Amino acid sequence: MTDIYLGADRATDAEAAAVDAALRSRGVDPVVRPETERLYTSGTARRRERRHFLLPALHALQNEAGWISPGGINYVAEVLDVPPAEAFGVATFYDLFRTEPPAHDGDTFHVCVDAACQIAGYDDLAASVRAAGGHVHLGPCLGQCERAPALFVQGAGGRPDHVPADDEPFELPQAGDESLRLLRRIGVADPESLESYLAHGGYRALRRAGEMGAEAVLEAVAASGLSGRGGAAFPTGVKWRAVAAETGRPKHVVANCDESEPGTFKDRIVMEQDPFAVIETMTIAGLATGAQNGWIYIRGEYPLATARLQGAIDAARAAGLLGKDAAGTGHDFDIAIWRGAGAYICGEETALFNSLEGFRGEPRNKPPFPTTHGLFGEPTAINNPETLLNVLDIILEGADAYRTRGTERSPGTKLLCLSGKVGRPGLYEVAFGTTLGDLLELAGGISGNGELQAVLMGGAAGSFVGPDSLGLPLTLEDTRAAGTTLGSGVVMAFDTSDDMTDVVVRIAEFFRNESCGQCVPCRVGAVRQHETLVQMQRRGSLSPARRALIDEMAEVMVDASICGLGHTAASAVRSALALGLIASAPSR
Amino acid sequence: MTDTTITETAVTLTIDGQPVEVAEGSTIHSACVEAGIETPTLCWAENLTPVNVCRVCVVELEGSRALVPSCSRQAEEGMVVQTGTPRVRHSRRMVLEFLGSGVDLSQADDLHHWMKAYGADPDRYGDEDHPVERVEEPVKVQDELYIRDYSKCVLCYKCVEACGDDAQHTFAIAVAGRGFDARISTEFDVTLPDSACVYCGNCVGVCPTGALQFKTEYDLREVGEWRPEDQTVTRTVCSYCGVGCNLDLHVQDERIVKVTSPSDHSVTSGHLCIKGRFGWQYVHGE
Ligand SMILES: Cc1cc2nc3c(=O)[nH]c(=O)nc-3n(C[C@H](O)[C@H](O)[C@H](O)COP(=O)(O)O)c2cc1C
Ligand code: SF4
Ligand code: SF4
Ligand code: SF4
Ligand code: FES
Ligand code: FES
Repeated sequence: MTDIYLGADRATDAEAAAVDAALRSRGVDPVVRPETERLYTSGTARRRERRHFLLPALHALQNEAGWISPGGINYVAEVLDVPPAEAFGVATFYDLFRTEPPAHDGDTFHVCVDAACQIAGYDDLAASVRAAGGHVHLGPCLGQCERAPALFVQGAGGRPDHVPADDEPFELPQAGDESLRLLRRIGVADPESLESYLAHGGYRALRRAGEMGAEAVLEAVAASGLSGRGGAAFPTGVKWRAVAAETGRPKHVVANCDESEPGTFKDRIVMEQDPFAVIETMTIAGLATGAQNGWIYIRGEYPLATARLQGAIDAARAAGLLGKDAAGTGHDFDIAIWRGAGAYICGEETALFNSLEGFRGEPRNKPPFPTTHGLFGEPTAINNPETLLNVLDIILEGADAYRTRGTERSPGTKLLCLSGKVGRPGLYEVAFGTTLGDLLELAGGISGNGELQAVLMGGAAGSFVGPDSLGLPLTLEDTRAAGTTLGSGVVMAFDTSDDMTDVVVRIAEFFRNESCGQCVPCRVGAVRQHETLVQMQRRGSLSPARRALIDEMAEVMVDASICGLGHTAASAVRSALALGLIASAPSR
Repeated sequence: MTDTTITETAVTLTIDGQPVEVAEGSTIHSACVEAGIETPTLCWAENLTPVNVCRVCVVELEGSRALVPSCSRQAEEGMVVQTGTPRVRHSRRMVLEFLGSGVDLSQADDLHHWMKAYGADPDRYGDEDHPVERVEEPVKVQDELYIRDYSKCVLCYKCVEACGDDAQHTFAIAVAGRGFDARISTEFDVTLPDSACVYCGNCVGVCPTGALQFKTEYDLREVGEWRPEDQTVTRTVCSYCGVGCNLDLHVQDERIVKVTSPSDHSVTSGHLCIKGRFGWQYVHGE
């Protein structure tokens, strides 16, 4: 008996079995607990006890039946103690979940329509999938921009998700380059073998960290000047120390592997090709901050990275490198993987916490900050995997040696995601301070018609720069001074044949679709901004009043939105206007 | 050890150049009230936990890059706050304009004064050839107690809070969908009688826009007979049980047209159950 009101719909046996299996694999007994047992805890606390298993349970339903049915929701609601209206509210938040019966019983072929795939002709790919009888779903960036146009196949009827391009052998453009630091094991060590990782220096850093002790690790990270690579560039040493200072409550380390910023694919390649490094550095973060619980929140469209990380976790645990007294450091630490389900906003750290906890992925107001009130309201160090990877060198060679690369204010190296009209798109690693022009040369120069029109820096949340910016040194300080950003490391090139109006209208549509809808400036502002640009595209011009309106809308989005999505939703649009990439061009 | 006396510390902040002292833990909004500065609010209510989503209450806080929501941000010693700068006025105006451009605010009486004060013009978006997207949904009339008209909904989350953690703990409704398509909904949009709803009417009691409306009011409005100026309000105590909830009976033409409860009442905080809220039909012998 449950005290949650359920309608008459019941799950099919297959749906129930799929949910049960998903829960059992996470150590949860999928039985409805009797009322007496529930009464030990009460109210919201009781509801939260199992609530974070909601996302895995919904994934199981979607994969089994091809949609999330009323009976399926009721089953999950009863087992996890979640009101069905809330479970429905969560399910409808994500692009990978359907709440209406599918018109087909096959897999769903997700085709990316964002900038890199737009200029690579995603419509041809979509047409060929349709011609072969596949059900196409057009959607946002799939994190495969270097192999645009991109495709992700979402399985139904219990079939696994699949990315066809993953079947091709992987090759790093800079393979063999002696200067590589973060990428040095890629293509060298076998990502599916712990022995291979160990043979290439794996787990030396964790053992060293164990000898140094938490305080010395915190000092080294602070002294290195390492800053976050997820977009906000916050000093990692400050973040870790704040979490370390919290006592008396469970603490968490979260790897933010949601990577959904259009143009970004660096974390995917790192996770697929060097998964043990992500696991090892998370364990170091746990040791340094005193956190025992590790979580990987990974976007749902990354099946290979998910499998490789899970393989690495299992192997590390079996070898005593995770779990009690991990690697003999005296510190207990373990890691669980949670899959997202198609929502850019869930990369925002507080939205990620809500999503993982089984709530809608709506960002929280800050303060309070994650270091004191993060996952489950407890102290949390959340980092991008690229940020974490830097910690290996910081521990092994020391902060001073680490700082010999890069610049004074931007120490170290940076991963950059080159896509669009470049000769060799792909993942690159260069020292901070390398100029934009040198980076583009390294990537084989401008392809297409060979004439550079613009570069999108930092993704949809970033901004465009023109060909006059080739001398720009890629550092945090220089990009900021130039009014642009490195953001998540996106460098997407466009040649003079690319229709920038199409590109910018699509960026505006991206924000319209990805706004969580919580706050008015972004929920409505992103829609009105997109409408204004569509109007401009149809008319072939932008009136002075409409041009001013774009700025007025941008101002309220920047000033009054809750989170970074709203703050940056007008950034690329306004840079394109300022550079004359759109609006001033003759109508087509 | 056993001394549990709570000593209330005060903090002093400056609002529009004027020093204001409030108890620690107070919000900037309550400090504004203290200082006699009127501030628009929409998603905030004194009987609900702040969700700070509408952003109409934003103020400028020295040292903060973005504006901050006054309804939820705690006042701190030494804060310097501005409530009337061009930035603040611009954001408030745009929030009101955005709302008016997307939903029907004709019955959101509290907002009309502010829209005028900030010069909000919701009609300046789009044009004849390019109409803007609005929330257009048929009114849900599923029972005799209350109606739901989501084309008037500003997504203030108040009804969800009242139905959930903040009062009722029924969780019959939640936000579903994302972005501009987000809507307040039961699971799979089933009708209220098919949902967990127990008809306490607390969601109706907190709705600021008329999106949720007692059926009596809705019916009278439909025939143009809703006349608040002709209504009297009589306070009484609910006679169904011994809890002692205060009821405000709104009477028009000698008939009860709706029942509310004062939000500052110590027993109810404005919230009632189905008996107090809807059990008045017997008064008319129905
Ligand atoms: C809309 C939005 C999306 C984001 N997506 C990501 C993401 O996919 N991965 C990431 O690491 N950080 C993302 N962030 C930044 C995170 O909020 C957070 O700053 C970061 O994970 C912190 O890690 P770091 O300090 O190592 O960069 C996003 C921020 C916003 C506002
Ligand atoms: S800014 Fe946009 S994405 Fe962020 S909380 Fe507001 S509506 Fe949601
Ligand atoms: S009437 Fe009460 S139970 Fe029903 S939806 Fe409203 S608040 Fe929830
Ligand atoms: S129905 Fe009313 S109370 Fe509920 S979110 Fe909409 S406007 Fe707010
Ligand atoms: S995969 Fe298409 S833009 Fe990233
Ligand atoms: S009233 Fe403060 S954000 Fe809505």
